[in-house]
Amino acid sequence: MNATIDWLFDSAHWSGDTGIPARLLEHLGYTGLTVLVAVVIAVPLGAVVGHTGRGTFLVAGLSNGLRALPELGLLTLLVLLTYVGLLPVVISLVVLAIPPILAGTYAGIRNVDRSVVDAARGMGMRESNVLFQAELPNALPLIISGIRSATLQVIATATIAAYVSLGGLGRLVIDGHNAGAGYDGYPQMASGAIMVAVLALVVEGVLELAQRLVVSPGLRNTAARKRAARLWRKPTPELVGKSTS
Amino acid sequence: MNVDWPWPWLSRNVDTITEATGQHLYLALLPVLLGLVVSLLLGWAAARWSTVRAILIPLTGVLYTIPSLALITLVPLLLGTLIVDPLNVQVPLAIYTIALLVRSVTDALAAVPGDVTAAATAMGFRPLHRFVAVELPLAIPVIIAGLRVAMVSAMSLASVGALIGIGGLGGLITEGFKRNNAVEMVAAIVLIVVLALIIDALLLLVGRLITPWTKAQRQPASSGVAK
Repeated sequence: MNATIDWLFDSAHWSGDTGIPARLLEHLGYTGLTVLVAVVIAVPLGAVVGHTGRGTFLVAGLSNGLRALPELGLLTLLVLLTYVGLLPVVISLVVLAIPPILAGTYAGIRNVDRSVVDAARGMGMRESNVLFQAELPNALPLIISGIRSATLQVIATATIAAYVSLGGLGRLVIDGHNAGAGYDGYPQMASGAIMVAVLALVVEGVLELAQRLVVSPGLRNTAARKRAARLWRKPTPELVGKSTS
Repeated sequence: MNVDWPWPWLSRNVDTITEATGQHLYLALLPVLLGLVVSLLLGWAAARWSTVRAILIPLTGVLYTIPSLALITLVPLLLGTLIVDPLNVQVPLAIYTIALLVRSVTDALAAVPGDVTAAATAMGFRPLHRFVAVELPLAIPVIIAGLRVAMVSAMSLASVGALIGIGGLGGLITEGFKRNNAVEMVAAIVLIVVLALIIDALLLLVGRLITPWTKAQRQPASSGVAK
Protein backbone atom coordinates (compact mmCIF):
# COMPACT_ATOMS: atom_id res chain seq x y z
CA MET A 1 0.00 0.00 0.00
CA ASN A 2 2.71 2.49 1.02
CA ALA A 3 4.91 1.57 -1.94
CA THR A 4 1.96 2.25 -4.26
CA ILE A 5 1.26 5.62 -2.68
CA ASP A 6 4.95 6.52 -2.94
CA TRP A 7 5.00 5.53 -6.62
CA LEU A 8 1.79 7.37 -7.42
CA PHE A 9 2.85 10.65 -5.80
CA ASP A 10 6.49 10.57 -6.90
CA SER A 11 6.92 13.77 -8.93
CA ALA A 12 9.23 11.95 -11.36
CA HIS A 13 6.23 9.96 -12.53
CA TRP A 14 4.20 13.06 -13.30
CA SER A 15 6.30 14.58 -16.10
CA GLY A 16 7.64 13.76 -19.53
CA ASP A 17 6.40 11.62 -22.42
CA THR A 18 5.86 8.56 -20.24
CA GLY A 19 4.52 10.40 -17.19
CA ILE A 20 1.02 9.95 -15.82
CA PRO A 21 -0.41 13.16 -17.43
CA ALA A 22 0.88 12.11 -20.86
CA ARG A 23 -0.62 8.62 -20.46
CA LEU A 24 -3.88 10.15 -19.28
CA LEU A 25 -4.05 12.37 -22.38
CA GLU A 26 -3.33 9.38 -24.64
CA HIS A 27 -6.09 7.43 -22.91
CA LEU A 28 -8.55 10.30 -23.33
CA GLY A 29 -7.45 10.68 -26.95
CA TYR A 30 -8.20 7.05 -27.83
CA THR A 31 -11.51 7.26 -25.97
CA GLY A 32 -12.60 10.54 -27.56
CA LEU A 33 -11.69 9.43 -31.09
CA THR A 34 -13.45 6.09 -30.67
CA VAL A 35 -16.63 7.49 -29.18
CA LEU A 36 -16.78 10.21 -31.85
CA VAL A 37 -16.54 7.66 -34.68
CA ALA A 38 -19.05 5.36 -32.96
CA VAL A 39 -21.54 8.22 -32.48
CA VAL A 40 -21.23 9.25 -36.13
CA ILE A 41 -22.05 5.68 -37.18
CA ALA A 42 -24.53 4.53 -34.53
CA VAL A 43 -26.75 7.58 -33.89
CA PRO A 44 -27.93 8.03 -37.52
CA LEU A 45 -28.32 4.27 -37.91
CA GLY A 46 -30.30 3.94 -34.66
CA ALA A 47 -32.42 6.98 -35.56
CA VAL A 48 -33.34 5.57 -38.97
CA VAL A 49 -34.10 2.10 -37.58
CA GLY A 50 -36.14 3.62 -34.73
CA HIS A 51 -38.03 5.97 -37.03
CA THR A 52 -38.87 3.47 -39.76
CA GLY A 53 -39.03 0.33 -37.61
CA ARG A 54 -37.00 -1.50 -40.26
CA GLY A 55 -33.95 -3.48 -39.18
CA THR A 56 -34.97 -3.92 -35.53
CA PHE A 57 -33.46 -7.42 -35.54
CA LEU A 58 -30.10 -5.82 -36.39
CA VAL A 59 -30.15 -3.68 -33.24
CA ALA A 60 -31.25 -6.52 -30.96
CA GLY A 61 -28.80 -9.01 -32.47
CA LEU A 62 -25.83 -6.65 -32.29
CA SER A 63 -26.37 -5.55 -28.72
CA ASN A 64 -26.91 -9.09 -27.42
CA GLY A 65 -24.39 -10.93 -29.55
CA LEU A 66 -21.46 -8.59 -28.98
CA ARG A 67 -21.67 -8.79 -25.21
CA ALA A 68 -20.20 -12.30 -25.29
CA LEU A 69 -17.28 -11.28 -27.52
CA PRO A 70 -14.12 -10.98 -25.39
CA GLU A 71 -12.69 -7.49 -25.93
CA LEU A 72 -9.14 -8.70 -25.30
CA GLY A 73 -9.49 -11.30 -28.07
CA LEU A 74 -11.02 -8.94 -30.63
CA LEU A 75 -8.37 -6.27 -30.09
CA THR A 76 -5.31 -8.54 -30.06
CA LEU A 77 -6.52 -10.63 -33.01
CA LEU A 78 -7.18 -7.56 -35.15
CA VAL A 79 -3.69 -6.23 -34.37
CA LEU A 80 -2.11 -9.60 -35.12
CA LEU A 81 -3.94 -9.90 -38.45
CA THR A 82 -3.14 -6.32 -39.55
CA TYR A 83 -0.37 -4.31 -37.92
CA VAL A 84 0.59 -2.67 -34.63
CA GLY A 85 -0.89 0.79 -34.67
CA LEU A 86 -3.71 3.12 -33.74
CA LEU A 87 -6.10 2.10 -36.56
CA PRO A 88 -6.75 -1.56 -35.65
CA VAL A 89 -7.12 -0.60 -31.99
CA VAL A 90 -9.60 2.19 -32.74
CA ILE A 91 -11.56 -0.10 -35.08
CA SER A 92 -11.98 -2.78 -32.43
CA LEU A 93 -12.90 -0.15 -29.82
CA VAL A 94 -15.50 1.31 -32.22
CA VAL A 95 -16.99 -2.16 -32.71
CA LEU A 96 -17.49 -2.36 -28.93
CA ALA A 97 -18.83 1.20 -28.62
CA ILE A 98 -21.47 0.94 -31.36
CA PRO A 99 -24.00 -1.47 -29.72
CA PRO A 100 -24.82 0.61 -26.60
CA ILE A 101 -25.20 3.83 -28.65
CA LEU A 102 -27.24 2.06 -31.33
CA ALA A 103 -29.51 0.43 -28.74
CA GLY A 104 -29.90 3.71 -26.80
CA THR A 105 -30.80 5.71 -29.90
CA TYR A 106 -33.20 3.06 -31.16
CA ALA A 107 -34.92 2.67 -27.79
CA GLY A 108 -35.04 6.46 -27.34
CA ILE A 109 -36.81 7.01 -30.65
CA ARG A 110 -39.17 4.05 -30.17
CA ASN A 111 -40.13 5.20 -26.68
CA VAL A 112 -41.22 8.65 -27.80
CA ASP A 113 -44.90 9.06 -27.01
CA ARG A 114 -46.83 8.12 -30.19
CA SER A 115 -49.22 11.01 -29.67
CA VAL A 116 -46.27 13.42 -29.86
CA VAL A 117 -45.22 11.93 -33.21
CA ASP A 118 -48.82 12.01 -34.48
CA ALA A 119 -49.18 15.62 -33.40
CA ALA A 120 -45.95 16.50 -35.23
CA ARG A 121 -47.27 14.84 -38.40
CA GLY A 122 -50.67 16.45 -37.92
CA MET A 123 -49.02 19.86 -37.80
CA GLY A 124 -47.76 19.17 -41.32
CA MET A 125 -44.13 18.32 -40.51
CA ARG A 126 -42.17 16.38 -43.09
CA GLU A 127 -40.79 13.00 -42.04
CA SER A 128 -37.30 14.51 -41.61
CA ASN A 129 -38.72 17.26 -39.39
CA VAL A 130 -40.64 14.72 -37.33
CA LEU A 131 -37.35 12.92 -36.74
CA PHE A 132 -35.18 15.96 -36.06
CA GLN A 133 -37.62 18.24 -34.22
CA ALA A 134 -39.88 15.80 -32.39
CA GLU A 135 -38.30 12.37 -32.03
CA LEU A 136 -34.59 13.14 -31.54
CA PRO A 137 -35.02 15.83 -28.82
CA ASN A 138 -37.35 13.49 -26.93
CA ALA A 139 -34.95 10.57 -27.37
CA LEU A 140 -31.95 12.56 -26.10
CA PRO A 141 -31.88 11.17 -22.54
CA LEU A 142 -31.60 7.58 -23.77
CA ILE A 143 -29.16 8.48 -26.56
CA ILE A 144 -26.87 10.11 -24.01
CA SER A 145 -27.20 7.12 -21.66
CA GLY A 146 -26.04 4.94 -24.54
CA ILE A 147 -23.08 7.23 -25.21
CA ARG A 148 -22.25 7.18 -21.48
CA SER A 149 -22.09 3.40 -21.22
CA ALA A 150 -20.15 3.21 -24.50
CA THR A 151 -17.62 5.77 -23.20
CA LEU A 152 -17.07 3.85 -19.98
CA GLN A 153 -16.64 0.61 -21.86
CA VAL A 154 -14.10 2.25 -24.17
CA ILE A 155 -12.15 3.69 -21.22
CA ALA A 156 -11.99 0.20 -19.73
CA THR A 157 -11.00 -1.50 -22.97
CA ALA A 158 -8.50 1.19 -24.01
CA THR A 159 -6.46 -0.01 -21.02
CA ILE A 160 -5.88 -3.21 -22.96
CA ALA A 161 -4.42 -1.19 -25.88
CA ALA A 162 -1.17 -1.04 -23.91
CA TYR A 163 -0.84 -4.79 -24.33
CA VAL A 164 -0.50 -4.32 -28.10
CA SER A 165 2.21 -1.68 -27.60
CA LEU A 166 0.06 1.46 -27.61
CA GLY A 167 0.07 4.15 -24.91
CA GLY A 168 -2.60 5.10 -22.40
CA LEU A 169 -2.83 4.41 -18.70
CA GLY A 170 -2.78 0.65 -19.33
CA ARG A 171 0.96 1.14 -20.07
CA LEU A 172 1.61 1.48 -16.33
CA VAL A 173 -0.17 -1.80 -15.57
CA ILE A 174 1.44 -3.75 -18.42
CA ASP A 175 4.94 -2.31 -17.91
CA GLY A 176 4.74 -2.95 -14.18
CA HIS A 177 3.69 -6.53 -14.85
CA ASN A 178 6.50 -7.07 -17.38
CA ALA A 179 9.15 -5.51 -15.15
CA GLY A 180 12.25 -7.68 -14.91
CA ALA A 181 13.45 -9.62 -11.89
CA GLY A 182 14.78 -7.54 -9.02
CA TYR A 183 12.26 -4.74 -9.54
CA ASP A 184 8.87 -4.83 -7.86
CA GLY A 185 6.53 -3.68 -10.60
CA TYR A 186 3.38 -3.88 -8.51
CA PRO A 187 3.34 -0.29 -7.18
CA GLN A 188 3.43 0.91 -10.79
CA MET A 189 0.64 -1.51 -11.78
CA ALA A 190 -1.55 -0.46 -8.86
CA SER A 191 -0.91 3.24 -9.60
CA GLY A 192 -2.04 2.70 -13.18
CA ALA A 193 -5.13 0.85 -11.99
CA ILE A 194 -6.00 3.63 -9.54
CA MET A 195 -5.64 6.26 -12.29
CA VAL A 196 -7.87 4.25 -14.66
CA ALA A 197 -10.52 3.88 -11.96
CA VAL A 198 -10.36 7.60 -11.10
CA LEU A 199 -10.58 8.51 -14.81
CA ALA A 200 -13.66 6.31 -15.28
CA LEU A 201 -15.41 7.76 -12.24
CA VAL A 202 -14.61 11.38 -13.18
CA VAL A 203 -15.75 10.88 -16.79
CA GLU A 204 -18.96 9.23 -15.57
CA GLY A 205 -19.62 12.21 -13.30
CA VAL A 206 -18.91 14.75 -16.06
CA LEU A 207 -21.17 12.92 -18.52
CA GLU A 208 -23.96 12.76 -15.97
CA LEU A 209 -23.66 16.51 -15.51
CA ALA A 210 -23.59 17.06 -19.29
CA GLN A 211 -26.71 14.94 -19.63
CA ARG A 212 -28.56 17.20 -17.19
CA LEU A 213 -27.45 20.32 -19.03
CA VAL A 214 -28.23 19.08 -22.54
CA VAL A 215 -31.58 17.41 -21.99
CA SER A 216 -34.62 19.63 -22.49
CA PRO A 217 -36.14 20.89 -19.20
CA GLY A 218 -39.47 19.39 -20.22
CA LEU A 219 -37.94 15.91 -20.14
CA ARG A 220 -35.99 16.35 -16.94
CA ASN A 221 -37.23 14.60 -13.83
CA THR A 222 -39.86 12.48 -15.51
CA ALA A 223 -41.06 11.09 -12.18
CA ALA A 224 -42.14 14.50 -10.94
CA ARG A 225 -43.75 15.23 -14.28
CA LYS A 226 -45.76 12.00 -14.25
CA ARG A 227 -46.87 12.65 -10.69
CA ALA A 228 -48.00 16.15 -11.69
CA ALA A 229 -49.87 14.78 -14.69
CA ARG A 230 -51.65 12.20 -12.53
CA LEU A 231 -52.69 14.78 -9.98
CA TRP A 232 -53.95 17.05 -12.70
CA ARG A 233 -56.13 14.34 -14.26
CA LYS A 234 -57.88 13.03 -11.18
CA PRO A 235 -57.50 14.99 -7.96
CA THR A 236 -56.74 12.75 -5.01
CA PRO A 237 -58.98 12.86 -1.93
CA GLU A 238 -56.23 14.53 0.14
CA LEU A 239 -55.95 17.38 -2.35
CA VAL A 240 -59.71 17.82 -2.56
CA GLY A 241 -59.87 17.90 1.21
CA LYS A 242 -57.13 20.51 1.39
CA SER A 243 -58.78 22.81 -1.14
CA THR A 244 -62.17 22.76 0.59
CA SER A 245 -60.95 23.27 4.13
CA MET B 1 2.09 -14.14 -39.66
CA ASN B 2 2.53 -17.80 -39.07
CA VAL B 3 -0.46 -19.54 -40.63
CA ASP B 4 -0.70 -22.78 -38.74
CA TRP B 5 -3.39 -24.86 -40.46
CA PRO B 6 -6.21 -25.16 -37.87
CA TRP B 7 -6.66 -28.90 -37.45
CA PRO B 8 -3.07 -29.98 -36.68
CA TRP B 9 -2.70 -27.28 -34.02
CA LEU B 10 -6.09 -28.01 -32.49
CA SER B 11 -5.62 -31.79 -32.40
CA ARG B 12 -2.13 -31.43 -30.84
CA ASN B 13 -3.51 -29.18 -28.12
CA VAL B 14 -6.79 -30.73 -27.07
CA ASP B 15 -5.53 -31.13 -23.49
CA THR B 16 -4.38 -27.52 -23.23
CA ILE B 17 -7.68 -26.26 -24.60
CA THR B 18 -9.75 -28.47 -22.30
CA GLU B 19 -7.76 -27.39 -19.26
CA ALA B 20 -8.03 -23.70 -20.20
CA THR B 21 -11.78 -24.09 -20.73
CA GLY B 22 -12.20 -25.71 -17.33
CA GLN B 23 -10.24 -22.96 -15.65
CA HIS B 24 -12.20 -20.31 -17.53
CA LEU B 25 -15.49 -21.73 -16.27
CA TYR B 26 -14.04 -21.87 -12.74
CA LEU B 27 -12.93 -18.23 -13.02
CA ALA B 28 -16.21 -16.97 -14.49
CA LEU B 29 -19.10 -19.04 -13.15
CA LEU B 30 -18.22 -19.42 -9.46
CA PRO B 31 -18.18 -15.66 -8.70
CA VAL B 32 -21.45 -15.11 -10.58
CA LEU B 33 -23.23 -17.80 -8.55
CA LEU B 34 -21.79 -16.44 -5.30
CA GLY B 35 -22.71 -12.92 -6.42
CA LEU B 36 -26.29 -14.07 -7.04
CA VAL B 37 -26.64 -15.31 -3.47
CA VAL B 38 -25.21 -12.08 -2.03
CA SER B 39 -27.45 -10.00 -4.32
CA LEU B 40 -30.58 -11.80 -3.13
CA LEU B 41 -29.71 -10.95 0.47
CA LEU B 42 -28.76 -7.35 -0.31
CA GLY B 43 -31.74 -6.90 -2.63
CA TRP B 44 -34.07 -8.17 0.07
CA ALA B 45 -32.58 -5.71 2.56
CA ALA B 46 -32.76 -2.87 0.03
CA ALA B 47 -36.41 -3.58 -0.81
CA ARG B 48 -37.24 -3.62 2.90
CA TRP B 49 -35.28 -0.65 4.22
CA SER B 50 -35.07 2.51 2.13
CA THR B 51 -31.87 3.59 3.94
CA VAL B 52 -30.09 0.45 2.75
CA ARG B 53 -31.38 1.11 -0.74
CA ALA B 54 -30.20 4.74 -0.66
CA ILE B 55 -26.66 3.59 0.19
CA LEU B 56 -26.48 0.42 -1.89
CA ILE B 57 -27.73 1.61 -5.28
CA PRO B 58 -25.24 4.51 -5.73
CA LEU B 59 -22.41 2.37 -4.29
CA THR B 60 -23.01 -0.46 -6.76
CA GLY B 61 -23.17 2.13 -9.55
CA VAL B 62 -19.70 3.38 -8.59
CA LEU B 63 -18.28 -0.15 -8.38
CA TYR B 64 -19.74 -1.06 -11.76
CA THR B 65 -18.03 1.99 -13.29
CA ILE B 66 -14.51 0.84 -12.33
CA PRO B 67 -12.85 -0.84 -15.36
CA SER B 68 -12.13 -4.55 -15.08
CA LEU B 69 -8.35 -4.46 -15.50
CA ALA B 70 -8.14 -1.76 -12.81
CA LEU B 71 -10.23 -3.74 -10.34
CA ILE B 72 -8.34 -6.98 -11.07
CA THR B 73 -5.02 -5.21 -10.51
CA LEU B 74 -6.17 -3.59 -7.27
CA VAL B 75 -7.39 -6.76 -5.53
CA PRO B 76 -3.88 -7.74 -4.34
CA LEU B 77 -3.48 -4.24 -2.86
CA LEU B 78 -6.80 -4.45 -1.03
CA LEU B 79 -6.91 -8.13 -0.03
CA GLY B 80 -3.20 -9.00 0.06
CA THR B 81 -3.53 -11.84 -2.46
CA LEU B 82 -0.65 -12.90 -4.69
CA ILE B 83 -0.63 -11.41 -8.18
CA VAL B 84 -1.44 -14.75 -9.86
CA ASP B 85 -4.24 -15.72 -7.46
CA PRO B 86 -7.50 -16.65 -9.30
CA LEU B 87 -9.29 -14.60 -6.62
CA ASN B 88 -7.97 -11.45 -8.33
CA VAL B 89 -10.34 -12.20 -11.20
CA GLN B 90 -13.12 -13.81 -9.18
CA VAL B 91 -13.56 -11.00 -6.65
CA PRO B 92 -14.07 -8.31 -9.34
CA LEU B 93 -16.47 -10.58 -11.27
CA ALA B 94 -18.47 -11.17 -8.09
CA ILE B 95 -18.52 -7.40 -7.48
CA TYR B 96 -19.79 -6.71 -11.01
CA THR B 97 -22.46 -9.40 -10.61
CA ILE B 98 -23.61 -7.92 -7.33
CA ALA B 99 -23.58 -4.40 -8.79
CA LEU B 100 -25.77 -5.56 -11.65
CA LEU B 101 -28.11 -7.87 -9.75
CA VAL B 102 -28.79 -5.87 -6.57
CA ARG B 103 -30.62 -3.36 -8.73
CA SER B 104 -32.59 -6.04 -10.59
CA VAL B 105 -33.52 -7.86 -7.37
CA THR B 106 -34.55 -4.65 -5.61
CA ASP B 107 -36.67 -3.48 -8.55
CA ALA B 108 -38.22 -6.92 -9.04
CA LEU B 109 -39.16 -7.24 -5.36
CA ALA B 110 -40.53 -3.70 -5.31
CA ALA B 111 -42.68 -4.57 -8.35
CA VAL B 112 -44.48 -7.44 -6.57
CA PRO B 113 -48.09 -6.18 -6.35
CA GLY B 114 -49.09 -4.98 -2.88
CA ASP B 115 -52.32 -7.01 -2.85
CA VAL B 116 -50.34 -10.21 -3.46
CA THR B 117 -48.13 -9.65 -0.41
CA ALA B 118 -51.15 -8.53 1.57
CA ALA B 119 -53.02 -11.71 0.60
CA ALA B 120 -50.02 -13.84 1.60
CA THR B 121 -49.78 -12.06 4.94
CA ALA B 122 -53.51 -12.56 5.50
CA MET B 123 -53.06 -16.27 4.76
CA GLY B 124 -50.62 -16.41 7.65
CA PHE B 125 -47.21 -16.27 5.91
CA ARG B 126 -44.43 -15.01 8.18
CA PRO B 127 -42.15 -12.40 6.52
CA LEU B 128 -39.29 -14.86 5.76
CA HIS B 129 -41.63 -17.55 4.47
CA ARG B 130 -43.51 -14.99 2.40
CA PHE B 131 -40.24 -13.76 0.88
CA VAL B 132 -39.12 -17.25 -0.11
CA ALA B 133 -42.51 -18.63 -1.20
CA VAL B 134 -44.25 -15.60 -2.73
CA GLU B 135 -42.08 -12.57 -3.47
CA LEU B 136 -38.93 -14.32 -4.68
CA PRO B 137 -40.70 -16.60 -7.21
CA LEU B 138 -42.57 -13.60 -8.64
CA ALA B 139 -39.26 -11.76 -9.02
CA ILE B 140 -37.55 -14.64 -10.85
CA PRO B 141 -38.10 -13.46 -14.47
CA VAL B 142 -36.41 -10.10 -13.78
CA ILE B 143 -33.62 -11.75 -11.75
CA ILE B 144 -32.95 -14.28 -14.52
CA ALA B 145 -32.75 -11.46 -17.07
CA GLY B 146 -30.09 -9.74 -14.93
CA LEU B 147 -28.29 -13.02 -14.29
CA ARG B 148 -28.03 -13.72 -18.02
CA VAL B 149 -26.32 -10.36 -18.60
CA ALA B 150 -24.00 -10.96 -15.62
CA MET B 151 -23.10 -14.47 -16.76
CA VAL B 152 -22.35 -13.55 -20.38
CA SER B 153 -20.31 -10.49 -19.34
CA ALA B 154 -18.36 -12.60 -16.82
CA MET B 155 -17.45 -15.17 -19.51
CA SER B 156 -16.01 -12.37 -21.63
CA LEU B 157 -14.41 -10.38 -18.76
CA ALA B 158 -12.67 -13.40 -17.23
CA SER B 159 -10.25 -13.30 -20.19
CA VAL B 160 -8.88 -9.91 -19.05
CA GLY B 161 -7.11 -11.66 -16.17
CA ALA B 162 -4.70 -13.14 -18.72
CA LEU B 163 -3.04 -9.71 -18.95
CA ILE B 164 -1.62 -10.21 -15.46
CA GLY B 165 -1.04 -13.93 -15.94
CA ILE B 166 -4.27 -15.47 -14.68
CA GLY B 167 -5.10 -18.09 -17.29
CA GLY B 168 -8.35 -19.51 -18.58
CA LEU B 169 -9.17 -19.10 -22.24
CA GLY B 170 -7.79 -15.54 -22.05
CA GLY B 171 -4.39 -17.20 -21.49
CA LEU B 172 -4.67 -18.82 -24.92
CA ILE B 173 -5.46 -15.40 -26.44
CA THR B 174 -2.34 -13.75 -24.98
CA GLU B 175 -0.19 -16.81 -25.72
CA GLY B 176 -1.43 -16.91 -29.32
CA PHE B 177 -0.68 -13.19 -29.65
CA LYS B 178 2.88 -13.66 -28.40
CA ARG B 179 3.48 -16.67 -30.68
CA ASN B 180 1.80 -15.16 -33.75
CA ASN B 181 -0.69 -18.02 -33.66
CA ALA B 182 -4.04 -16.70 -34.90
CA VAL B 183 -5.55 -20.20 -34.78
CA GLU B 184 -5.03 -20.41 -31.02
CA MET B 185 -6.58 -16.96 -30.55
CA VAL B 186 -9.59 -17.67 -32.74
CA ALA B 187 -10.14 -21.02 -30.99
CA ALA B 188 -10.21 -19.26 -27.59
CA ILE B 189 -12.50 -16.46 -28.80
CA VAL B 190 -14.93 -18.88 -30.44
CA LEU B 191 -14.99 -21.08 -27.32
CA ILE B 192 -15.72 -18.10 -25.07
CA VAL B 193 -18.56 -16.86 -27.30
CA VAL B 194 -20.08 -20.32 -27.84
CA LEU B 195 -19.90 -21.24 -24.13
CA ALA B 196 -21.43 -17.88 -23.20
CA LEU B 197 -24.30 -18.43 -25.63
CA ILE B 198 -24.89 -21.97 -24.35
CA ILE B 199 -24.96 -20.81 -20.74
CA ASP B 200 -27.29 -17.97 -21.75
CA ALA B 201 -29.68 -20.40 -23.44
CA LEU B 202 -29.56 -22.73 -20.42
CA LEU B 203 -30.43 -19.87 -18.06
CA LEU B 204 -33.33 -18.86 -20.28
CA LEU B 205 -34.58 -22.45 -20.25
CA VAL B 206 -34.18 -22.88 -16.48
CA GLY B 207 -35.96 -19.57 -15.96
CA ARG B 208 -38.94 -20.76 -18.00
CA LEU B 209 -39.05 -24.16 -16.33
CA ILE B 210 -39.14 -22.74 -12.79
CA THR B 211 -41.75 -20.11 -13.63
CA PRO B 212 -44.43 -22.13 -15.47
CA TRP B 213 -47.08 -19.49 -14.71
CA THR B 214 -45.37 -16.99 -17.05
CA LYS B 215 -46.07 -19.27 -20.02
CA ALA B 216 -49.56 -17.85 -20.49
CA GLN B 217 -48.16 -14.31 -20.58
CA ARG B 218 -45.57 -15.28 -23.18
CA GLN B 219 -48.14 -16.54 -25.71
CA PRO B 220 -51.18 -14.36 -25.18
CA ALA B 221 -52.70 -14.79 -28.66
CA SER B 222 -52.29 -18.52 -29.22
CA SER B 223 -54.22 -19.85 -26.26
CA GLY B 224 -57.60 -19.05 -24.77
CA VAL B 225 -58.72 -16.39 -27.21
CA ALA B 226 -59.82 -18.63 -30.11
CA LYS B 227 -61.95 -20.82 -27.88
